[in-house]
Amino acid sequence: MPEPMLRIRDLNGWYGPSHVLQDISLEVDRGEIVCLIGRNGAGKTTTLKTIMGLLDRRSGSVIFKEEEILAAPAHVRFARGLAYVPEERRIVQGLSVRENLRLGLVASKAKHEETRRIEDIARIFPRLAERLEQEAVTMSGGEQQMLAIARAMIARPDLVMLDEPSEGIMPVLVDEMFDLFRRMKSEGTTILLVEQNVELALAIADRAYVLDQGMIVHQASAQALLADDEIKERYCSV
Amino acid sequence: MSGLSFDLIALQLFTGLALGAIYVLFAIGLSLIFGMLTVVNFAHGAFYMVGAYAGLFLVSMGGNFWICLVAVPLLVGTFGMIVERFLVRPLYGRGIDYPLLLTFGLSYIMVELIRIAFGTSGYPFDTPELLQGAVDIGVGYFPLYRLFVIGATAVVLIGLWLFLERTSFGLIIRAGARDPQIVRVLGVDVSKVWLIVFGIGTAIAGFAGLLAAPLQGVIPEMGATILAEAFVVTVVGGMGSIGGAVLAGLLVGVVVSMSSLFAPEMAKVSIFALMAIVLLIRPQGFFGRAGLMS
Repeated sequence: MPEPMLRIRDLNGWYGPSHVLQDISLEVDRGEIVCLIGRNGAGKTTTLKTIMGLLDRRSGSVIFKEEEILAAPAHVRFARGLAYVPEERRIVQGLSVRENLRLGLVASKAKHEETRRIEDIARIFPRLAERLEQEAVTMSGGEQQMLAIARAMIARPDLVMLDEPSEGIMPVLVDEMFDLFRRMKSEGTTILLVEQNVELALAIADRAYVLDQGMIVHQASAQALLADDEIKERYCSV
Repeated sequence: MSGLSFDLIALQLFTGLALGAIYVLFAIGLSLIFGMLTVVNFAHGAFYMVGAYAGLFLVSMGGNFWICLVAVPLLVGTFGMIVERFLVRPLYGRGIDYPLLLTFGLSYIMVELIRIAFGTSGYPFDTPELLQGAVDIGVGYFPLYRLFVIGATAVVLIGLWLFLERTSFGLIIRAGARDPQIVRVLGVDVSKVWLIVFGIGTAIAGFAGLLAAPLQGVIPEMGATILAEAFVVTVVGGMGSIGGAVLAGLLVGVVVSMSSLFAPEMAKVSIFALMAIVLLIRPQGFFGRAGLMS
């Protein structure tokens, strides 16, 4: 029996007066990689932000690990095991790679085992291991993206939401990153992925939802969607 | 150049550093609060003034200066946290002018309340016995208390630096000043951090007011004067930059004391001239980031 990790029902969200999310319902089971696809402006990023609690006006239901979290602030959602890697990576200027990683633990129960956690994460991200004392923003875009993922993963969340991780990154690093997602999944992390690179995303995903104008217009297994050129053409501008 | 010997100038330089030390303490609190909360705290001078009065009150109750050095920052910082929690916090997210107007109004209320409680005229504040007199610093005799002010400021700065660089909470502050949202999605309750930063900033202002009391006496308006000068310091040093506040604070102190030696009639305007020059050459200040307010 699949165990639901995240269950969203009739989620609505507003930016000021504009109704940007309309009756979104989706589910992510434990251990799955679920992908949100759709054109720019379809509401993918907004969906992730609303799940993380970063959109002020929202209604509906977001149940994470059997608890309603719609009203909870972002930091409480993190404490319950929900992590979010925003689109622009958001590596903090003026901090070293190590400090950025430490930042992923400051609010975590695992804070006391900081040194060990950093060693562990450095094994998974060898590129970061070589650069721990370097100022983080001096790294390449791909390395910064790795750091953003590592920073979100170091507290070992149950579900991690990734927004456009491959954007603006060298192809060789993109492959490395998607291998990493597969490994994260095999180690039990659940992933909700927003990705422009549809073929690549569907290749590692179990299921996908297609968004258009703030609504879910289609859902299918990743395999079925990979083969469905009509849907891909219509909603994903590929 | 009779009378304007090297020793005199050197002594005046030290006087400037002591004066600058007060500016530094005042301005780092202002900078810390602005850098983290984007609140321009117009009540910062009032917290400074309350620090001096709190010291006056504690001494009149039988406390001594050394107790005040610990108790005054705690009292003023607690008061600052109450102000942040109940007055400033409801205004976050409404633009920079709301908390500015609030703290501006609050400073008038604080000054008026002090006038009601302590009267409109000032009080002298005795230099603690242990710090009276002068010591030979090589270029002449220098008041021991001013040396103490410089030393105490250095201790606060080192403590603050260690706190920001070496502790997890300091890491949160440094990251949160750049990007509060990422700190939030990494599980930090940012509103708690803001509360504590406001508390630290106002505690240091109270501490500065106490240190200044034996130098200048205590009057209800003492905060207004230093606030104007401290804004020069933050503009010259760069808004939100602690390093900038330290460098500019000392520089402004030295400029004030040197101009009062060489051209006393220019002492009041010299720092504004300094500010104008810095703004022309480097509009963001020594260490400021350009476009911070946009």
